[in-house]
Amino acid sequence: MNDAIAVEGLSKRFTEVQAVSDLSFNVRQGELFGFLGPNGAGKTTTINMLTGLARPDSGTIRIGGIDCTDRPRAAQHLIGVVPDESNLYPELTGFENLCFCAALYGLDKAERQDRAKGLLDRFSLAQAANRKFGGYSKGMKRKLTIAAGIIHKPEILFLDEPTTGIDVASARQLRQLIADLHRTGTTIFLTTHYIEEAERLCDRIAFIVSGRIVRTDTVEHLIQPIQEKHVVQILSVKTPDDMKGRLTENFPDLEFTTQGQELIRVEAHKPVPVGPLVRFLEDQGAEVAEAKRIRPSLEDVFIQITGIEVDAMRKEKEKAGGGQ
Amino acid sequence: MKLWIAFWNILVKDMRTYYLKPPNISWGLIFPLAWTGMFFIKSGSGLESIMALLPGVVAISILFGTTSMLAVTVTFEKKNRSFERLLLAPIPFELLMLAKTSGAILFGVANAFVPVIMAAFLADLSPVSWSIFISTVFMIAVASTFLGLFIAVAVSEVFEAQTFSNFFRFPMIFLCGLFFPIEKLPIFLKPFSYVLPLTYGADALHGAVHGGHAMPFVLDLSLLGAFCVVLFAVSLWNIKRKWIL
Repeated sequence: MNDAIAVEGLSKRFTEVQAVSDLSFNVRQGELFGFLGPNGAGKTTTINMLTGLARPDSGTIRIGGIDCTDRPRAAQHLIGVVPDESNLYPELTGFENLCFCAALYGLDKAERQDRAKGLLDRFSLAQAANRKFGGYSKGMKRKLTIAAGIIHKPEILFLDEPTTGIDVASARQLRQLIADLHRTGTTIFLTTHYIEEAERLCDRIAFIVSGRIVRTDTVEHLIQPIQEKHVVQILSVKTPDDMKGRLTENFPDLEFTTQGQELIRVEAHKPVPVGPLVRFLEDQGAEVAEAKRIRPSLEDVFIQITGIEVDAMRKEKEKAGGGQ
Repeated sequence: MKLWIAFWNILVKDMRTYYLKPPNISWGLIFPLAWTGMFFIKSGSGLESIMALLPGVVAISILFGTTSMLAVTVTFEKKNRSFERLLLAPIPFELLMLAKTSGAILFGVANAFVPVIMAAFLADLSPVSWSIFISTVFMIAVASTFLGLFIAVAVSEVFEAQTFSNFFRFPMIFLCGLFFPIEKLPIFLKPFSYVLPLTYGADALHGAVHGGHAMPFVLDLSLLGAFCVVLFAVSLWNIKRKWIL
């Protein structure tokens, strides 16, 4: 199968910051490829370079087989882009915005209007079609921005943080729309910091940290090694200092990680003896509030590979752009 | 791809969104009317001075009308990122920027005719060479628009664009021979006059309206054309350098 996107040795520096370094990856035709990383990891810079909004310092980019390295706008007829912020025209209505975006791709008036009406129906925005975009809610804005990104039926769609800053119901609906687009054969390059979103939607995922790809694989392959693990999470209060050391000494077959004083995570290649563990903690003066077995997820893989706490990443993003 | 569809829709969108709004229509009317009133009625030399003042009032109306608009259509759209949507469209960059500036050019031409209509009630305009006049009005509108584009691209905030515009616009009122002949300027100011595009537009307008021009029309219009090409090329180069990082 041909690659929809092929990137080799891509680097970009902004004055004193190395935004991305030596990125190499490929996205197959029809694939939903996730680009996962914390704020400032280089996700948007990468999208900007792939879509012609930024010039790489080095490396090569091929989009739909077209070499875009020296001609960054050469493949723009093939791509659709949904930026991380809705950038439609607040003075135009939803319908007018979609028609205008279609006109930028040379579509005739009748076709523009047909497609705009179709997308407004599909995105449940028909009733707001004649309202100005500036008056839309965040969720409606995101939906219309995605509709504008696909109105010309692009072969390759770039989605930059599509569900950031919108309510849970809208986010769920958008994920469904993304999954539907994927089913119809559109190649999708999705950046997100929501790991569960990437896990649910993507065929393959690249983890990017500090401008470098640290791992690229299918969701299945990423999760497989840790699915064989047994994980227990213990929530305790009044936990004495150095509890991790004491636990490791008494349970040498188990791996312990702590998050603050209250959360202890236990991993093992055999079932974790929860009863003895809880009794040991209580003997040491801790009060165990909860102990539960958890199913390892992509989040665990992410933490393992990058060393970045997902909660910290989410909070940081939400502080910057509003919560989900 | 039908590029004219993209071009036309960008132009129509800008006209609807920015130019045909009440504040701009009133600005486009009131501003030339104010200049006209100030110079025609308060000049103290009676109605016979209208033909001498008309070229300057026309030129100044175009200059202020066009340069003000680019701060909105370009700087504002860059600031709120909707300009990225245009940069992502498969349209040649030069055509895209021509589409973004065409509305301002039309607005400038429309502004030019406000003082002309007023003058028609107060003076005999039959001696005016309309073919030269209209060509010059169009060329001044293009040059002023591209000057506005050059300014709009050089800054990142709308207020900076307006401030920076005034840095060029107000000296041009005095230096370009709109109301005061360049020959009467102090010798050290004359070189500045000849590096400003409006000098050549004003000269051609004076020639078209009352025959008092210093340079041949062909030279005036050619130099205006050269300014247009240079300002447009520098603006495009600046956009590519600053906005496509």
